[in-house]
Amino acid sequence: MDPEIIREYIPIFTQAFILTVKIGWIGIALAFLIGVLCAFTTYFKIPVAAAAVRCYVELFRNTPLLVQLFFIYYGLPAVGIRISAEVCGAIGLGLLGGSYMTESIRSGLEAIPVIQTESALSLGMTNGQLFRDVILPQAFTISVPGIVANVIFLLKETSVFSAISLMDLMFTAKDLIGLYYNTMESLFLLVIFYVIMLLPVSLAGTLIEKKVRYRMFGD
Amino acid sequence: MESVLKIEHMSKKFDDLIVLEDINLSIDKGEVVVIVGSSGCGKSTLLRCINGLEDIDEGQVLLDGETVNPGNRNLTKSREKIGMVFQSYDLFPHKTILENAILAPMKVQKRSRKDAVEEAMRLLDRVGLAERKDSYPRQLSGGQKQRVAIVRALMMDPEVLLFDEVTAALDPEMVREVLDVILDLAKQKRTMLIVTHEMSFAKAIADRILFLDDGRIIEDSDPKEFFTSPATERAKRFLRTFEYEK
Amino acid sequence: MGFEVIFKGKNFIRLLSGLCVALRISVISVAISIVLGIVVGMLMTLKKPVINAVTRVYLEIVRIMPQMVLLFIVFFGFTKMTGSNLSAELSSIIVFSFWGTAEMADLVRGCLISIPVIQYESSKALGLSRLQTYVYVIIPQIIRRLIPLSINLITRMIKTTSLIMMIGIVEVLKVGQQIIEANRKSAPKAAFGVFAVVFLLYFLACWPISCLSKYLEKKWEN
Repeated sequence: MDPEIIREYIPIFTQAFILTVKIGWIGIALAFLIGVLCAFTTYFKIPVAAAAVRCYVELFRNTPLLVQLFFIYYGLPAVGIRISAEVCGAIGLGLLGGSYMTESIRSGLEAIPVIQTESALSLGMTNGQLFRDVILPQAFTISVPGIVANVIFLLKETSVFSAISLMDLMFTAKDLIGLYYNTMESLFLLVIFYVIMLLPVSLAGTLIEKKVRYRMFGD
Repeated sequence: MESVLKIEHMSKKFDDLIVLEDINLSIDKGEVVVIVGSSGCGKSTLLRCINGLEDIDEGQVLLDGETVNPGNRNLTKSREKIGMVFQSYDLFPHKTILENAILAPMKVQKRSRKDAVEEAMRLLDRVGLAERKDSYPRQLSGGQKQRVAIVRALMMDPEVLLFDEVTAALDPEMVREVLDVILDLAKQKRTMLIVTHEMSFAKAIADRILFLDDGRIIEDSDPKEFFTSPATERAKRFLRTFEYEK
Repeated sequence: MGFEVIFKGKNFIRLLSGLCVALRISVISVAISIVLGIVVGMLMTLKKPVINAVTRVYLEIVRIMPQMVLLFIVFFGFTKMTGSNLSAELSSIIVFSFWGTAEMADLVRGCLISIPVIQYESSKALGLSRLQTYVYVIIPQIIRRLIPLSINLITRMIKTTSLIMMIGIVEVLKVGQQIIEANRKSAPKAAFGVFAVVFLLYFLACWPISCLSKYLEKKWEN
């Protein structure tokens, strides 16, 4: 490995890193939003919408992101819907992640025992107060490990963005390997930048899980 | 005596199974009524129908002359006046003991935090748990949790308190501490409706005993009379199950 | 809408055989992962500090490294380091097994430590030997928990195999691209139809397996 080449490549990778992280986190925010909306829809059994959510979740949980992106980026323009690679990446990640987030949040909501609802109602709380002050905080705590796992999973999934010509980390690495055969240096930087992207999230995730549990349940 | 809670011709079915049949009951202010009966006789359902956790099929429940069940649009308002403590520990696990006590007064009755905390501390002190105010439910024993649940119900200053087998899930040595709290409430002339399997407790606390069998009240009598000479064969057989003979 | 291209000539058969390549790689990788995963998972419960340290690093690598990156390292890195060529298919099997083994090992470890100590103690009290305890008491309980989870791993593996096109294996996505390319003139809208069908094919491959996994999990839940 040539340190000179590595030094030369760092700015190129940094640029790709920023793009990957940016689109990754926009996608994750979108995924969380979709997840919350869809989970509430199924929890409150809103007719038609709840069934639509089930279809969406099954469809996106059982197909790879790469295929979803191909469909959105290459398939949709054929029928006149054209979106830029960046937007496509964020939307694709958001839709995939949304289906995972829905499941995590929904299972948290459904894990709350009926007795909690009954005791809140017998204290005279309204349905709104019950949901906001009793169900939601508990459900969120139960969902946190799932949400953290989803965030890590989605950040890893950003690695397929290169397939739709986004100049992300993978694209950059592949490009440099193809052009200059500096394979080891490129791979080294690829790994380093993914570690920078994910290790803090992984560690913070474990910490957050512990903290939230402690704050909520005191153990 | 003035009547607080009135149940008229109440019936309840689960599908085809009749759980409660033509229940008529009037409870006076300050009266302590204990409901006994073998498991599955409808005792718990009766309590749950009173505060509208279950819909009823016929009849009505009145609190201070106002309908609670069925179909009251102000059900939450009525529920404020009917406190309930359940068999399983139903405290909110994500809130501390103090927060459990003040949540409903602050949200439902819109009382100030200062005011709610003051009263909560007074009540927690009374049940001997003031020092545990910042603990979480899972750090408490079963008996302690039930005492907090009682405090939480009292915070709403209900006109009637319902107890649904509150000691049934407790270790024997913890039963006493919970029953003492309820006895204390009886001394304060609280109106209470208690479902229990603790016969000696029932004897000690009740002003009136209801014996429920197959969804009907078949005895409504003075405790002394019920425990010494029950009127019906069913009640005699029921009481015999609590005695051990060699 | 571009669906007509799919049924032109041998196109649909080609797409299916592309899917078969992905499925074949998944099945081989899952089989390897299950065997190695059980071994590694059992090693992890031994509470030996060295093993613990090594497996923790291994699991963390798999937890944070995208499979795509691992695929590049093995496919490009190995060739560069040794000068010999590692086939794309073998590279992907190595990477997916490396990933799958970690996932499986974590599941096995989770199942093993979830068996209450009282199960071991009561077996001992009944006079069962250590081996008998495992064969008659522990393993049957673990298998019930493990089967739905390992089936779930299969669907995740199938989804992950879509990545192999990125190192040049001709699988269903690649075949799709070739079909679109070949019909660019005659069917300009083919991209929509073809990728919609690929989407559906993946769904049809994964969905029944997900359902089976969910069904078994519910059924064996005590």
